[in-house]
Order: sequence, then structure tokens, then C-alpha cells
Amino acid sequence: MQEMIKERVLTLINEGAADRVLAWETGEFFYDRTPKFFDKNNVNDLKYDSFCGANVTKYLIAEMPKEGKTIVLVKPCDSYSLNQLCTEHRVNREKVYALGVGCRGKIDVEKLRTMGIKGITAITEEGDTLTVSTLYGEKKVARKDALLDKCLCCKGKEHKGVDEVIGDSEETSVGDKFEMVAKLEAMTPDERFEFWRGELSKCIRCNACRNVCPACSCIKCVFDNPKSGVDNKAAADDFEENMFHIIRAYHVAGRCTDCGECSRVCPQGIPLHLLNRKMIKDINELYGDYQAGAEIGQRHPLTDYTLSDDEPSVVHERGGANA
Amino acid sequence: MKKLSLNALNRFFGEIAEKQTLIAPIERAGQVDFGVWSESETVRLDVLKTVKSAKGAFFPQVEDMVRFHMQGKNIEINPSEVMNEDFVIFGVRACDARSFDLLDRVFLSDPVDPFYAARRAHGTVVTLACNEPEETCFCSNFGIDAAEPAGDVSAWIVGEELYLRANTEKGETLIKDLEDAAEDAAEETKKAIRAVTEQLPFASLNLEGFDGEHLMEKFNDPAWAELSRACLGCGTCTFVCPTCQCYDVRDFDSGNGIQRYRCWDSCMFSDFTLMAHGTNRPTQVERFRQRFMHKLVYFPSNNDGLYSCVGCGRCLSKCPQGLNIVKVIKALGGDK
Repeated sequence: MQEMIKERVLTLINEGAADRVLAWETGEFFYDRTPKFFDKNNVNDLKYDSFCGANVTKYLIAEMPKEGKTIVLVKPCDSYSLNQLCTEHRVNREKVYALGVGCRGKIDVEKLRTMGIKGITAITEEGDTLTVSTLYGEKKVARKDALLDKCLCCKGKEHKGVDEVIGDSEETSVGDKFEMVAKLEAMTPDERFEFWRGELSKCIRCNACRNVCPACSCIKCVFDNPKSGVDNKAAADDFEENMFHIIRAYHVAGRCTDCGECSRVCPQGIPLHLLNRKMIKDINELYGDYQAGAEIGQRHPLTDYTLSDDEPSVVHERGGANA
Repeated sequence: MKKLSLNALNRFFGEIAEKQTLIAPIERAGQVDFGVWSESETVRLDVLKTVKSAKGAFFPQVEDMVRFHMQGKNIEINPSEVMNEDFVIFGVRACDARSFDLLDRVFLSDPVDPFYAARRAHGTVVTLACNEPEETCFCSNFGIDAAEPAGDVSAWIVGEELYLRANTEKGETLIKDLEDAAEDAAEETKKAIRAVTEQLPFASLNLEGFDGEHLMEKFNDPAWAELSRACLGCGTCTFVCPTCQCYDVRDFDSGNGIQRYRCWDSCMFSDFTLMAHGTNRPTQVERFRQRFMHKLVYFPSNNDGLYSCVGCGRCLSKCPQGLNIVKVIKALGGDK
């Protein structure tokens, strides 16, 4: 697929349909992928394989003032982020050529490390099995056990609103995406508090979740702005530590496509996506199923008003104990 | 040399913890990091890299410095006390142990940092050799031997036994009651570790040119722009790094007073060292360059050639976008 992508990108650039491409390059390790812009001179270094988990769409924001058109490689889930960025006028769709690329789930090397696999030197894929070569011998792992968490709640194999698609995709979900949220809802308030205290107390306020999030596109975040009065670099107390992530989840509510980048990048392994997914679940229950980024120009339920909207009391009743 | 069966480790920990705080690599909420040990915690000596480095034991992420409390027209000022109790940090790896030497150069040179100095004086460091180095390890480039970690006590796991050797008086005191063992009990283990470290992908990086002599050449290298382009500007690399030591002093308004604390800062942040005139590092290119110039050029030129990197490899495995110091060394070092 990688070669087909390169060939197509080169054709598009040579035909004058685009000037550059936003994709991934390989890093220091065979599994390392760094988002990168290529032009026709270096497009041969473009890499697309099972390690391209990063969603690159947010990098388009900085490209917008530049001349010309950018091809962006999007996996099915990334296409939702692109649409949402266009809806919010952060990305001008006319300056983008969205090239959908096939995906059967991306591998999470950290997950292999958590399994106790050390010194990883190579990974070969055969069907549903990964053979992991290490400095200490070979290990076999089921592919599904090594996928990024976001792939376990896959958005399906369909790219939304792209200009063309290369390669086939597979749906990689296991179970219901709201399962963990439902489990948390079923806890007593004390248990739930314990769960989140345990997770959020690991936070080091590196801001990776915020900086990678396509919905967090403010030019200057309040937490970085000395004039906001709430800027800080580390929590002064427990309360602040909890609030940063909750405030962020509220801020992206209705706009979060559930791309899962927040949890992918967290160096402390905090399942941040669960906060956003709780919001999504509530929105679905209160206003009917809604998927941010499914198409350009959507108005999300929290900012939309129609005459047919239910009365607050009806909405409240529908939310039950969780409203 | 002393020895202790791994089965008896928890009992040994219990004995230490009776007298002083014990910090060890423990598993909490799915992650292994240094934390205060108690009997109910799970110690993970098999995990090579704690998610954060060991520096937090001496230079915590957040530390209160002083509290101001308003009472009518009076302000009560309560400076925080420095650490006044002994503690032990167990299971520090050779790379992190070296980082303490580098931090000492910063915090213990004039003017001495009283918070750090007190923690250093009260802490006993027990290191552990790295039986199974990872592909991300490259400590050997900085003269660090993963088989011979420094510290007050050095330890090796050999089969089901832990061998310990005291290197200082503090170390002697800590392990004096353990059973004696042959001095060469860990030799085979050391050989095996060195055999692996020699084969690691980044066992010999070419650091030529990273010195004060080539400062402007490195500073002006056009490669920084491309190297930094994917950088998110998050603080992951700086916060997991054992040698990053920048901090900010902040005031928290508690309503009727001020809690003044210091916290880790990151040169990757847009408001790092923000001054009245604004910032002298307006884009991520300058911020990214600063971090690596500091580690590979400024620090060594001010500190007898010592690099401010210990090759722990945490930035290699933690950067969300696959950027790291090895990439920089390869792009700008002797092999460019």
C-alpha cells in the first residue's frame, strides 16, 4: 500500500493538483513514526504501515496561511478529525486533498513493553499474529492484543468525506465502546472518585494530551496565558490536578471525535479518552446519537437549537441518574 | 559484598521502612514509577525504566517554598522546612544515578539550593544493575556502565539472589546486618550485561562537535527547523528526563494568602522564561533547539565536557511523535 500511496502522491503533485503531502516518516527505530511534510523531492521517504497511529490532521492548521494545496493522509478515524477542523474553520478544505489510506489497526509498542517484552528489535506481521524479535529472543503476540486502545473502539472502515481512498480497511473494534464508561457510571461516587484520583494523580502536566488534540486548537490556551489568572505548569493542589482534565473535557464536548490521541500520547498511561467518551455517551442519551466530524458543517447538539428540541425536563428525565 | 534472597526482599524493605521512608519502583494504576513503599505495594524490580526518572526523590515536581497567610492587617510568613528525615531510594539504575551527579553540579554549586541539598544529605541511594537493557538504552555513550551502577549501595540480581555492595558509609550502615557473600558473586551477571550493551543499536553515537568550540555552528544549523517541525511543544521529554532541572516559581492564591511553590518547567513551553518584553524564543524551533543545545553544548562547555544526558532513553520511548535526542545527535553530530 505504501508504494501505491507514494506513486499516487507523486502523480498528484506532478499534475499540479497539490504541492506537498502531510504523512509520516520513520524515526530512529523501525516502529517510530514522526509526522512530516514531504514534497516531490523527498516523498520516497514517506512511510505508511502498522505503526502510523498518530493522527496528523492538526498539523494542517499551521499550513493554512501557506500557498498551495496539501495532500493529507488520513486513516478512517482521522477523517473525522479533518472534517471537524474544517467545520470549525481551522482548516480550509479547499486547500486540502484528503487521501484516505487503508487501516487494519495500528500497533502500540508501549503495550508490548507492558507485557514485559524488552529490547524490541523487529516485528513481523503474519495475519493476526505478530512475531516480536528482541535482544532476548522471539515472542509471538496476537495482533489484537498489541493494538492501540483507540483501535479497540474503531470508527469503522469507512473514510468520511475524503477525496479518494487507497487500500482496504478493517473494523478492529472489540465490544462496546461505552463499556468502560458504563462501568464507571455503575460505581459509587466514592469508587469513581478513587478511580480518577488514582489515574489523574499520575498526571505530570506535560500538556501532550492538549497539544495533540485536534479539538484543542486555541492559539493560546488559558492555561498558558499569564493574563488568564488560571495559568499553571503544575497543580498546586489535588483539586487543580483533577480540574485540568475535566475542564478540558468540557471544552471539547460535542466537538471531540473520539480520535483517542489524548490517551495514545499520555506518557503516564492515563485513559483520558474516558472523560471525553462519557460526554459523548451523555450527548447521545440526551439528544440522540451524534458523531462529531461525520461530515463538514455539522452543528453539534450542545450549540444547536431547533424548535423540535425536547424541553429540558424531558431531556433531564431521559438522562436519569446520569443527567 | 552482602546477599539477600529475593524472597526476603519484602522483609528487608519492612526493616528499612520501620526507621525511614523507603522509595522504590512500584506499580500503581498500571504504571511503574518511584513511590513510597508500604507492604501493600507491588515492587517491580523487573521493570527497567520507571515512567519518570528517579530525580523526583531529590527534586520533586512540586515543592512548597513559603506560605503567606493574611490575618487582618498582618501577614504571617511560614517558610517551608527543608527535608529533615533520612530516606532510602531503592532500585535506581546506573543512568539515573549519574543524573544525580549532574543535578548536584546545578543545585549544589553556589548559591546552594537548600531544599535539594537537604534531600541529598538525607537520602541513601541503592542502585540496581540492568539485567536486560532495552533497545532504547544508550548510557554507554556517556561513560556509564549499566553493569556497575554508582550510589551508596550497588546491587545485582543473580538468579534468586540479590547481591549488594556498599560504596559509602551510608551504604555500609544500611546493609551491615545482611549475610556476607563472595566479592565476585555478580561477575558473570556483569559480563552478560556488558555483552548486551555493546550490541545495542545506539551503543556508539558520534558526539563529535558537540562542545563549546562548535557552539555557533550548531546553533545556526539549518537542520533545527525540520527536526522540530513535528514537535507538539508538550513537556513530556523534559518531565521524564532525569537531567532536566529547570523550574518555575509560582504563587497560588488560596483566598486568604499565598502558597508559593516551585514546579518543574519546560523549555518546550511557550511561556518558559517569559519576560516583560515577551519571549526570546518565539517559535518551537528555538525552544526545541534550546533543549538540545543545553544538553549537548552549553552544559558540557560549562561542566568539564560532561553532557547533560545519561542515555536513559525515556524520551525515545515517550515522545508522542518520535522525536528524541538520538535523532538530534545523528542529524547534527559527527555522522551528519
